[in-house]
Amino acid sequence: MLAWTIYFSFIGAGLLLLLPKGNAQLARAVALFTAIAGFGCAFAGATQVQPGTILTITKLPWIPSLGIEYHLAADGISVTLVLLTGLAAIAGILFSWNLEERAREFFTFYLALIGGVYGVFLSFDVFLLFVFYEIAIIPKYFIIAIWGSTRREYGAMKLALYSFAGSGMVLIGLIAAFVLAGGKSMSLLELAKFPFPHAFQIWAFPLVFVGFGVLAGLWPLHTWAPTGHVAAPTAASMLLAGVVMKLGAYGCLRVAMTLFPEGLEAWKGWVAVLAVIGIVYGAMVALVQKDFKFVIGYSSVSHMGFVLLGLVTLNTIGLSGAVLQMFSHGIIAGLLFAVVGRMVYERTHTRELSVLEGMNLVKAMPFAAVTFVIAGAASMGLPGFSGFIAELQVIIGAWKAFPTLAVITGIGIVIGVAYTLRAMQKAFFGEAEQPLTPTLSPSDGERETASPDEHHYAMDAISVPERIGAVMLIGVSLLIGLYPRLLLDVILPSFNSPLFDWLRKGGGQ
Amino acid sequence: MMMDWTARNLWLIPVLPLLAAGLSALARRRHRRFSAGLAIGSMAVALLLACAAFATAVRHSGTELSRQVVNFRWFELGDGWVRLGWVLDPLTAMMLVMVCLVGLLIFIYSVGYMAHDENFGRFFCFLSLFASAMLGLVIANSLLLFFICWEVVGLTSYLLIGFWYHKPSAAAAAKKAFITTRIGDLAFLIGIVWLYGQAGTLLFYDAGQGCLDKPALAGLATQITSLGVVVPTAIALLIFCGAVGKSGQLPLHVWLPDAMEGPTPVSALIHAATMVAAGVFLVARVYPLMALTPAGSHSGAAALVVIAWVGALTAVFAASIAVAQTDIKRILAYSTVSQLGFMMLGLGVGGVAVGMFHLITHAFFKALLFMGAGSVIHGCHEEQDVRRMGGLRKFMPVTFATYAIGMMALSGVPIFFSGFWSKDEILHAAHAWSMSRWPFYLGVLGALMTAFYMTRQMCFVFFGKCRLALRQTPASEQGSVALPGIPAPEHPQVEHPAEPHESPALMTMPLAVLAFFTVTLGFLGTPAWPWVQSFLEGEHTALNVAGLWRPGVLLVMLISTVVAFTGIGLGYWLYGRDPLDLQQTDVLERRWPNLFTLLRRKYYVDEIYEWTFVGLNAWWATACDWLDRWVWEGAVELIAALVVGIGWVDRVLDEQVVNRWFDETCRSLSTSGGLLSRFQDGRVQKYLRVLGLALVVLVLLLIWGCRAS
Repeated sequence: MLAWTIYFSFIGAGLLLLLPKGNAQLARAVALFTAIAGFGCAFAGATQVQPGTILTITKLPWIPSLGIEYHLAADGISVTLVLLTGLAAIAGILFSWNLEERAREFFTFYLALIGGVYGVFLSFDVFLLFVFYEIAIIPKYFIIAIWGSTRREYGAMKLALYSFAGSGMVLIGLIAAFVLAGGKSMSLLELAKFPFPHAFQIWAFPLVFVGFGVLAGLWPLHTWAPTGHVAAPTAASMLLAGVVMKLGAYGCLRVAMTLFPEGLEAWKGWVAVLAVIGIVYGAMVALVQKDFKFVIGYSSVSHMGFVLLGLVTLNTIGLSGAVLQMFSHGIIAGLLFAVVGRMVYERTHTRELSVLEGMNLVKAMPFAAVTFVIAGAASMGLPGFSGFIAELQVIIGAWKAFPTLAVITGIGIVIGVAYTLRAMQKAFFGEAEQPLTPTLSPSDGERETASPDEHHYAMDAISVPERIGAVMLIGVSLLIGLYPRLLLDVILPSFNSPLFDWLRKGGGQ
Repeated sequence: MMMDWTARNLWLIPVLPLLAAGLSALARRRHRRFSAGLAIGSMAVALLLACAAFATAVRHSGTELSRQVVNFRWFELGDGWVRLGWVLDPLTAMMLVMVCLVGLLIFIYSVGYMAHDENFGRFFCFLSLFASAMLGLVIANSLLLFFICWEVVGLTSYLLIGFWYHKPSAAAAAKKAFITTRIGDLAFLIGIVWLYGQAGTLLFYDAGQGCLDKPALAGLATQITSLGVVVPTAIALLIFCGAVGKSGQLPLHVWLPDAMEGPTPVSALIHAATMVAAGVFLVARVYPLMALTPAGSHSGAAALVVIAWVGALTAVFAASIAVAQTDIKRILAYSTVSQLGFMMLGLGVGGVAVGMFHLITHAFFKALLFMGAGSVIHGCHEEQDVRRMGGLRKFMPVTFATYAIGMMALSGVPIFFSGFWSKDEILHAAHAWSMSRWPFYLGVLGALMTAFYMTRQMCFVFFGKCRLALRQTPASEQGSVALPGIPAPEHPQVEHPAEPHESPALMTMPLAVLAFFTVTLGFLGTPAWPWVQSFLEGEHTALNVAGLWRPGVLLVMLISTVVAFTGIGLGYWLYGRDPLDLQQTDVLERRWPNLFTLLRRKYYVDEIYEWTFVGLNAWWATACDWLDRWVWEGAVELIAALVVGIGWVDRVLDEQVVNRWFDETCRSLSTSGGLLSRFQDGRVQKYLRVLGLALVVLVLLLIWGCRAS
């Protein structure tokens, strides 16, 4: 069932190419249907995975001479991220419902990207994983370069180059490991059993971890993220922050940490330091941005730092926190980008906070303001939202492994409050000094029944798909925040699988 | 052990306002009465339940049922379960009734106060959400649940301070409040994480397994040092940091006075009666942890010493600032900070009952004062500067009478006012404290200043002649009256009839109710009949008038009486005898201009923070941004440029070297090809000619060959 998430996405992408040109409505409908079908499969498949086991979905020989197999499988971690991908895919389409320009091509690339992402999360053959990983990068480039905005070619190229540099490092490391292990199998389960020599692990781990870490926004290789997010169209930045950054973190966990536990043990302190720098640094930089979307872009760097920190705590609390944070950040960052990119930017055509400040957006689009207040609260880790549970776990885990770093992380949280509030107040609750058009009516009596653009400068009302998408994402974050067992009961037993033997052998508890 | 219905269903109390908040969030803006009715109705039911819980707690006082807990699993954390729960014990019961009662009265008052506000429904939605979180915090039996509610309370406080977000000062104050308290919360969170690491649970009480149960505490006390600090003390101090932030203690007090930018009912409910007291409640709740002494040590608990000192210093510090303020709400705000200091002092030197008693009485009389101030502001057309008021006792008799009761309670006028008894308890405990006598002296000084600034305020507001009319004089048009340090009135352009008026009954009735409790509550905690103390400590008590005449008690009572009357007399002597004119400078300012300016500018703490922490942070952020823009970006650009450069070099190499060789080869090939191609240019005659020539050559060769052989 889970494998159909991949197939549906690619079938949908292919189907879109067969559609007549110029019928954007049909293209959107097909894309949405595909995404919903994908999520349906993910959800149905998720219920099939027994907690604590690895469910093999498909296992076929692919390149027998090299022992490469088409091996799809899933454990609790995969399931969590597959569900996230399904949700993010639906939300992204809802928030690009107004896209008219070459909609068919856009959604083709979009679904191809989704398909690749699903593939990465479900591959248990390292080579297959790598192939899907590369498949995901290419559509990303085109989506940004064609449908993007500010400095889109630059952003797209930077993103692609960073990704490819990362994958280059990963590929070298993997080939070396493959050869060293006898060149018989690329299966993750097989390779994980092979005791790589210590000296090899010492250089192979950082190579592969950093290679994947590039996409996870590992400081100081994070600079693709803000520019990429800003350049990307709304749906793409939602996916970029929502799932693509998770690809990197997932690769770190699934490949680098699983294959090279000794290397991990040797390097974990360094990674933790980089992660904490990322948390504080990302928050700091977000605090002084003038562009609304850059604030959110840097906040993603900061929040992904929690994922990386959780990963290297090497205890189940921190690890499950990291996985939950991947999910949580995917939802919340998607929501934030939706507000900034779709609701605000496409109506005001500016992202400059100083300009937005004079627009009194809370009156013009109260729904967007309320959504951003909720999303902001979720983003700053307020209890009740998924981010709180995730970050709490990471901090508890980090407290056990690196007490000092846990404290510094706290500073990042405080600054996180500061930049969120700053952006929120500037963007939505600024003073309307002079309305941009004189049609602004001073009386604001029955604002809700009247169309907003009668009173304010021409802005479309928040559309139904946007409302559905926002409510869906907020609902999911609240649901996980209030009842985290929905995911934790699946995530936690995963760490008992043989893939995580190193967790029990090593310093972790 | 049979559990009572009220204990099992205690969760209803916070959930009811939560439902009200949710429903009114869905309501349309014009459904004003729906939102207000829902909020008030839910609070009324919550109050009934709280009273039932209180009755239960009283009934079981002193028995093993005096603490009933319900715990449930939330989620799995690593290898253990995170559990939450609620607890019904005397502390909870008392706090529940106070929050529900004060909350209900303030809700009713708000209907009048916010009547003209456009966002009436939103206001009640936020208020209900606040009440829900606050009540959740009160019943929480888990430090984690406590923290969760604590954060939600902070969020609603943010939303309500910034309720009039179109005022830049309100927006800034909201942000400041949230961030400042969040700094305290950071330490609190670290404390929680540490405690979890040490005790393995965050439940307060759990059949002997909770972190406040005796076995766990005993286990904690044996863990002597880590980083040179006693573990339980370090944890207790970290948790106390959270209380410092929320309760506006030094050095995180700066947000509370600014929070007065919110609507006055908010100030009364959140920033006087309940939320700011949550810090005190937190200390009271985890008191066993705070009071923990390391095993084998005989000195007092270090955490309590710190709490006592912070409280005492805050009490005096804030009271001295209040002396020089001119905004009616800011005076009360500094007074709140000061009184919270008193509560902390009480907890530090005397224990839970001492601090909690003052918390309860203070909640009533400070809510009364704030709502009275709101009524004054309302009646004076949004004027907040006490110097522009005056003579209001004639115009607003009910407000005046109730305000006077609140003022006397706060100043500690003896016998008939609750503030006297609760403050007296604190001073008494400080007097008996073994560590140092200084907190006692500081407390007495704070009490003196409290009586003084409250009298000053009363004189300004209610006595003398009304100066409100002077507001529209030509000199004041630009807000540039010869009054130093006053911001311009909020809406100077609005023409009002200058006549102040009494507020509607909807606002004065809650005042009367609060005034009633302000007077009566004190009798529950007199030395003659210390019912509150014994209720909290689970003992029985009987009326014993002789308790009043014990030497220590009597002495402290006398001192505090003298102090209260001295303060009031001094205040009246300076401000009451000869009412100030609008243009006059303050009496104290004439005498000690430098000191007065220092006090009016709040010891420049805001400025110092602005220069140091805020500036440093901004500098850091800019530095990081610069780093990102130039160094990391620069590195990327450099690598890109390098790659492009190599590309160019390659191109040159390609074109000049590789290609030349290739081209040369090609050229020579093509030249030779061209030469060769002459042989097949398609001209038959030429072919025949060549053929003929070849034949001739062939024939000649053959002939020559035959001849040779």
